[in-house]
Amino acid sequence: MKILITGINGAHARMVALRLRARGDEILGIDRRPWPDAPEGVHVFQTDVRKRPAADVFRQHRPDVVIHMATITHFTASAEERLRINLHGTRLVFEYCHEFGVKQAVFVGRHTIYGAAPDAPLYRTEEEPPLAVSTFPELADLVAADLFAAAALWRWPGLKTAVLRMVYMLGPTHRGTLASFLAGPRVPMILGFDPLYHFMHDEDGVEAIVRAVDHQLNGIYNVAGPPPVPLSTLARGTGRQPIPIPEPLFKYSAGRFGLPYLPPGAVAHIKHPIVVDATAFRRATNFEHKHDAHAVMVSFRES
Amino acid sequence: MGPFRLETLTSRDVRDRLERLELPFNQYGMDPFGISKKHLGVFYSMLEVFYKNYFRVKCFGIDNVPERGGAMLVGNHSGGLPVDGGMVLASLFFGRDLPRHATGMVEKFAGNWPFVSEWFSRVGQLPGLPEHALRLLQDGRLLMIFPEGARGTGKLFKDRYRLVQFGTGFMRIALQTGAPIVPFAFIGGEEALPTIYHAKTLAKIVGAPYWPVPPYLVPFPLPLGCEIHYGKPMHFPGTGREPDEVIEGYVEQVKSVVELLVLRGCALHRQRTDGTFAQEPEDSSSGSSSAAPASTSGPTDPDSEP
Repeated sequence: MKILITGINGAHARMVALRLRARGDEILGIDRRPWPDAPEGVHVFQTDVRKRPAADVFRQHRPDVVIHMATITHFTASAEERLRINLHGTRLVFEYCHEFGVKQAVFVGRHTIYGAAPDAPLYRTEEEPPLAVSTFPELADLVAADLFAAAALWRWPGLKTAVLRMVYMLGPTHRGTLASFLAGPRVPMILGFDPLYHFMHDEDGVEAIVRAVDHQLNGIYNVAGPPPVPLSTLARGTGRQPIPIPEPLFKYSAGRFGLPYLPPGAVAHIKHPIVVDATAFRRATNFEHKHDAHAVMVSFRES
Repeated sequence: MGPFRLETLTSRDVRDRLERLELPFNQYGMDPFGISKKHLGVFYSMLEVFYKNYFRVKCFGIDNVPERGGAMLVGNHSGGLPVDGGMVLASLFFGRDLPRHATGMVEKFAGNWPFVSEWFSRVGQLPGLPEHALRLLQDGRLLMIFPEGARGTGKLFKDRYRLVQFGTGFMRIALQTGAPIVPFAFIGGEEALPTIYHAKTLAKIVGAPYWPVPPYLVPFPLPLGCEIHYGKPMHFPGTGREPDEVIEGYVEQVKSVVELLVLRGCALHRQRTDGTFAQEPEDSSSGSSSAAPASTSGPTDPDSEP
């Protein structure tokens, strides 16, 4: 099978590429960053998904499956840049999928789009609205990208579309949103709050993406591994020191004293949980996580 | 001196009972809903003091609560603060050999209060959302519901033991999940914390629906005796998709059973406060009806030896 992975140079995308390559799939990749030592059978096109050469990759190579992982969450990029990459990039990728006869598109999205709020339920199902547009406005571009990808389900019914809302991936790669949050020796918390955090091992996340391809999923699916643990447990389990900060002082501490920089909207996500119900995905793919929460934290801490 | 450990605040009895509690704790002592064994230990040790010594709660009909599987406990709010909820939880934990933990459906404002939010979620008291109720019942858990809501705890002393309007959401969920409804009455809370006035400005400042002011000003309950009366489980036919009037009819049935339990409980409470308290009166109503109100077993005195 010919599989195109956008954003192939991300740590998790590389893992997906290597997994698929190892079992004999032909892998194409698009990324702005080079992958100089890409293994044989992995062809990386160094371009931006929004540029004309990207369309040409679709046109000339006609992939069967596209795994769209060229989205960013880090807030060092400007809001405009994030919107360009996350929303406009997603739009173009899906249009190319339709135009060039791709059979299945897998959008690798995030569970954070559900947003954290004091009155939001634990275990969000796929039917829940994406509250992040109001609870964490800086994530609006990712919410829009997720909804745009999901719109392909009715817009182009001939194109199988899997929208994966994946919990945080964590592990030896030290990459991803949660890994950045836990990068320093201290982890900020809001005094008096200790929300549940839902995460899965890097390898389990990769396995889930591969299964979405194998089962030709068509629909919106939450993807999760082990049950969630409180942020304080996560911080200690990864060898970090949780630092409870009174909420009014939080904005003054972000990016200082060895604490990570976080946009103002992140406060809700440090106060309240976002936990998803991944039953539908498990049922559709027989996916079982291999690493429990303890193993995930240890693998992050010790690598 | 080593770091302070929460476990040191847990009593021996609570520790033993926690081991018998049928919750799927993982290696961190956490269940999938975020309930923490460690926090439960402290929580129940604190409730134990209030249950056994402060309010000297007498519990009747605890055997009406299923030992396993999903069920909804539905009762009256009694007193200016939801101490009734705490005592009901304690009765389920201490009232029988096999302890059970119930999840209260908490007012949403609590989720924004520092520490309260954290503790409520660690001891399994979740925001009162239909999604939570449904999921917990499907998972075979016990739910504690006060369908009067904040209107119930917010009532003034002059309106004591007069039930206000019941919400109807719980009934649809009970029908949808097939969970039995165990009605209960909590007696004594109204006297323990009599509300004579609502401090509206204070309530607004702290983001609460009301702020109770008793005659002695400080909103803390007095150490007066309380009782809990569990009635027989009620089952209703349906799927949860019935029209409002059907649901309202069912809810009225539950409300009238709770009212009856309150009435009987108040009579017994008077005997207790007058010093003539002897034994739970014989159950005169028949036991087999789907909506039978009365409790059948005798009092479970928390002070007595097993």
